[in-house]
Amino acid sequence: MSYLSKLHRIFESGQFAVTAEIGPPKHASAHGIRHHAHMLVNHVDATNITDCQTAIVRLSSIAAGVHILDCGIEPIVQMTCRDRNRIAMQSDLMGAYSLGMRNVLCLSGDHQKFGNHPMSKNVYDIDSLQLVQMVRRMRDEKKFLSGEAIKEHEPRFYIGAVANPFADPFEFRVDRLEKKVEAGAEFIQTQCIFDMERFERFMEMVRSRGIDQRVRILAGITPLKGWRAAKYLQTGVSGMLVPDSLVERLKKAEDQKREGIEVAIEQIKYIKENVKGVHGVHIMAIAWEEVVPEIVERTGLYPRPRFEDRDTAS
Amino acid sequence: MIIAQQKPIKEIATMVGDCKRVALIGCAGCVTVCLSGGEKETEIMASALRIMRRLEGNPLETVTFTATRQCDPEYVDALEGLVKDVDAIISLACGVGVQYLAERFDKWVVPALNTDFIGGSTVHGIWEEKCGLCGACILHKTGGICPVIRCSKSILNGPCGGSQYGKCEISKDVDCAWQLIYDRMKKLGKIDRLLEIQPPKDWSTSRDGGPRRAVREDVMIG
Amino acid sequence: MTCSGNIDHRVILNAFEEGADGVLVAGCLEGDCHFLKGNFRARKRVSAVKKLLDEIGLGGNRLEMYNLSSAQGGRFAEISNEMTARIRELGPNPLNNAGCHCGCHCGCMKEGGSE
Repeated sequence: MSYLSKLHRIFESGQFAVTAEIGPPKHASAHGIRHHAHMLVNHVDATNITDCQTAIVRLSSIAAGVHILDCGIEPIVQMTCRDRNRIAMQSDLMGAYSLGMRNVLCLSGDHQKFGNHPMSKNVYDIDSLQLVQMVRRMRDEKKFLSGEAIKEHEPRFYIGAVANPFADPFEFRVDRLEKKVEAGAEFIQTQCIFDMERFERFMEMVRSRGIDQRVRILAGITPLKGWRAAKYLQTGVSGMLVPDSLVERLKKAEDQKREGIEVAIEQIKYIKENVKGVHGVHIMAIAWEEVVPEIVERTGLYPRPRFEDRDTAS
Repeated sequence: MIIAQQKPIKEIATMVGDCKRVALIGCAGCVTVCLSGGEKETEIMASALRIMRRLEGNPLETVTFTATRQCDPEYVDALEGLVKDVDAIISLACGVGVQYLAERFDKWVVPALNTDFIGGSTVHGIWEEKCGLCGACILHKTGGICPVIRCSKSILNGPCGGSQYGKCEISKDVDCAWQLIYDRMKKLGKIDRLLEIQPPKDWSTSRDGGPRRAVREDVMIG
Repeated sequence: MTCSGNIDHRVILNAFEEGADGVLVAGCLEGDCHFLKGNFRARKRVSAVKKLLDEIGLGGNRLEMYNLSSAQGGRFAEISNEMTARIRELGPNPLNNAGCHCGCHCGCMKEGGSE
């Protein structure tokens, strides 16, 4: 059996997957990326590298991916629809694959208004669903978006997309997830969960439509550094839901950072035990990567599985 | 209609700073309806520029006229006599009119307006962008709401993850087009249509394909 | 005019261009407009012209709108005095002193300047 990537293999083996996230720097040195990669290497199955998150110019996702691959971690390249047209996307996908990338996460991307270059032209040639479809087609039909054949060495990515149970309209969120699965998405990472009740309702709808049988779902978890971080996410980020009770809990804590880590651990344990249909966890601890090992260990997810044979496509 | 808004008066004054006599040409088309370049606005601007320049001790002579439209050659031709002896023409039309005047007359033509978008009025005094000028209309697929321009990301399979409380992530003042589409399609009992995956758009009919042209051969009599 | 709502930006600008040192627009008390909203329109237009006057360097302070009823003789005297005092402080319309050689009807070049 050949697997598209290590992450694919982990899911196929029925194990609870762990992914994390690295945010590239606002400069041209990979030193920090490698440092974070070394921190995470034994505690994750694969790591996302964000693509100019919040439309702030950062070292590219694909280039960063090459660096972390070199450090022994499997990268999940992120590709947004904001900055590249279909020509650049297909070109970058082929380039990424040739450099050893095997997972790609397709997303719309934050509008450039949020970033440090709000005057730029945005692209949005295709949307995230069409991107999923395109990546799938390149692999399974060996075709470019135009319909022209890719004669040889087609890029064979394991394809991911995102879901946000906390955005509106809520009823339509599961429909949109299903659309992404129809389009060819094979794994899903959710927006970070703070409103557990809403996430459970979302998962109920997912299960009732059998979507959890068709796609692998990773629950997004973000450890909060304190009540201010919680407040910021609550009020300053569109599509996030943070209950007041959580903000209060952090405010009252003696050591807010410690409390934030405890909350994340509680959330992961809860999901593992009580929320069916979740196949893994995606820990987004940007600028706080050092806490990921503790979270992985204390939620019983350490050590991560190792595969000695070379079944994974290279 | 085309919605345009006036540039700041100081910017316009700078454009004709070295002129002694200018013509201000308004337009009775779209810019009259959106209250930025009609007869009244043209006369107000002429008055304001005259006062400004007198205060500077560098008086400006003005000639004002409001053309029926500035986007048809015959209406532009008719301005010939009027603009003969001026140093510059200030056009209060949209970007189209400015270009017609510039092409027709060997005069320095400057725009008094910024042409913003095509849209319509919501309440008197407020105009909003509605159409994306994509050249391949898909309004029948989205309940009559344009996803190309009213969705900040031109998503055809929306909404994105930033849609919350019916608003777009870019601003609380901007409705999420996909929330609107969802609500409308639900009302019309056509939600199942939104489950179809819309393929990538052919942008070649839009500005991306280069400057466009429309032709009606049957009315071209030689 | 029959109603302050008839006021037009151009009428006000014209007054200043012809040499007026100040312009006072008196409209009915809000809520009392015989034509219902005329005085609201006037208020908006006066505000717009004040802003324009600032932008072109003449000064929006030379223009003001007051609301009062035709029965308020005392109030009328009050606002007239208020406005006169303000304009005195601001000085004559600067257009009356600006050197003008265009030969247009702009009321400048009076000997000794205007009052």
